[in-house]
Amino acid sequence: MGSSQLSRWGLFCYGVLALFLLYLPLLAVGFASVSKARYLSFPIRAYDFKWYGESLASDSVRELLFVSLKVAGIVTVISMVVGFFGALAFARYHWRFRSLFQKVILLPIFFPQTVLGLALLIWFNALGVIPSWHTAVVAHLVWISPIATLVIAIRAYSFDPALEDAARDLGCTTFQILREVTIPLLWPGVVSAGLFAFLLSWGNFPLSLFTTGADSTLPEWLYAKMVSGYSPLIPAVGILTVVASAVTILLAWLGWSAYRWIPEKTGN
Amino acid sequence: MPPKSFSLLNLPVLENYLEFLRQGYWKSLAWSMGMAFISTLLLLIISWPLAFAMAKVFKRFSLILTIGVVLSLFVSENIRLFGWVLTLMKGGLIEGHLRVWFGSGFDGLLYNVPVIVFGLVYVYFPFMLFPLAQGISMIPDDARQAAYDLGATKRQVLWEIELPLAAPGIMVGSLLCFVLAAGAVAESKLLGGQAVIVIADEVETAFTYGQNWPLGSALAMVLIMIIGTIAVVGIQRFNLDEILGRQR
Repeated sequence: MGSSQLSRWGLFCYGVLALFLLYLPLLAVGFASVSKARYLSFPIRAYDFKWYGESLASDSVRELLFVSLKVAGIVTVISMVVGFFGALAFARYHWRFRSLFQKVILLPIFFPQTVLGLALLIWFNALGVIPSWHTAVVAHLVWISPIATLVIAIRAYSFDPALEDAARDLGCTTFQILREVTIPLLWPGVVSAGLFAFLLSWGNFPLSLFTTGADSTLPEWLYAKMVSGYSPLIPAVGILTVVASAVTILLAWLGWSAYRWIPEKTGN
Repeated sequence: MPPKSFSLLNLPVLENYLEFLRQGYWKSLAWSMGMAFISTLLLLIISWPLAFAMAKVFKRFSLILTIGVVLSLFVSENIRLFGWVLTLMKGGLIEGHLRVWFGSGFDGLLYNVPVIVFGLVYVYFPFMLFPLAQGISMIPDDARQAAYDLGATKRQVLWEIELPLAAPGIMVGSLLCFVLAAGAVAESKLLGGQAVIVIADEVETAFTYGQNWPLGSALAMVLIMIIGTIAVVGIQRFNLDEILGRQR
């Protein structure tokens, strides 16, 4: 099977190349963020971390950070709750309009976010709501809660409804079933949906652009700076937001490993 | 609504839609649609081997690939595109190093149409890869093996077994990529400079600098009608239970 071995090797190299190209731009941003010169030019001659210090010391960056965190945090909590019940309707129960429901849930994902943000802006305007970070939360939810629903639904598909029936036969109330059976079984899905929600809201730009009004999130600020010309603060702040995402993922992963490890220990 | 006004109390007029034809906004629409189409086609060709390998060939490496690609999605699109600007510009990561090592550089690779298409392909790669891999995993190995045993060539297996059986995944991926790329704006603005102005950019301008909400709404409506029709017609054809793997 010489040729099969060869093609496997070729595909492996292709995969590595794809990963390399996916992260190459981040590498460039990373190098740019530690360049000392105000006007960037590769190869970098002098390295310096002062732009990080400057961006961390800046009040406007701190304000942006606070707004982004508020929006992402609220979006995470709401989309976990909405996604949980949405996923039950999506995957668990058979009901008359289920297929229509599934398609309506999918629709916001299949829609350009710029246009979605714009349509929401027109709505807010027609309703007389002044856009601020509150409306951005609503806008993010329109796009992110369907994704959370899908993530939990994938978990809910492998859920055996007989478990709920058994609990009911043994005399559980509906609330007890929810607490003792349904939530623990879907919990991994709910946690990963929450992680998705946080990270997608944290990095979202097209929806925020139209719906934050006078407030501004980090990705919006970065875009405004990029369009108006180069500033050494762009790569530094960009890398900081990436690091924040990476730390969030790492913490979630550590928390998850600990959560899986403890029941194993106490069980034995 | 009359141009340059916004109140729900005005009488409706169609003037803004005429503006769409008169001012050449249809050209922006054509650019958006054309680039979305080409990038979707390129994505299909680029992603197919990798998606196939993820579904059928790789074992542990497919998990690494999946995690690697998903993690890249969590970095804001702006930052990744900006990274490409730094990589491809004159004096950027590529040109700068080439100039120092070999003594001769080239002009920057930015600010033209191909680089916008490249940006679209880069940003929407995960949206094609995962549905495609999911679709390919639905091809039974027996069907491929049987075709080979009956003397089919590699090409015949591809066209007559693999592509038809992976059709749901191909549909989902292409629809997702086309629709998202047609409404994309950051790629053409950051990578493309002013090479072409896409329709979503025109809409944004009408709403922000132009302060002409009725015109912006008319332009957005044209885009929404086209994309909405494609999305609704496409989604109607999916069987979600099948794609997401319902056991019962």
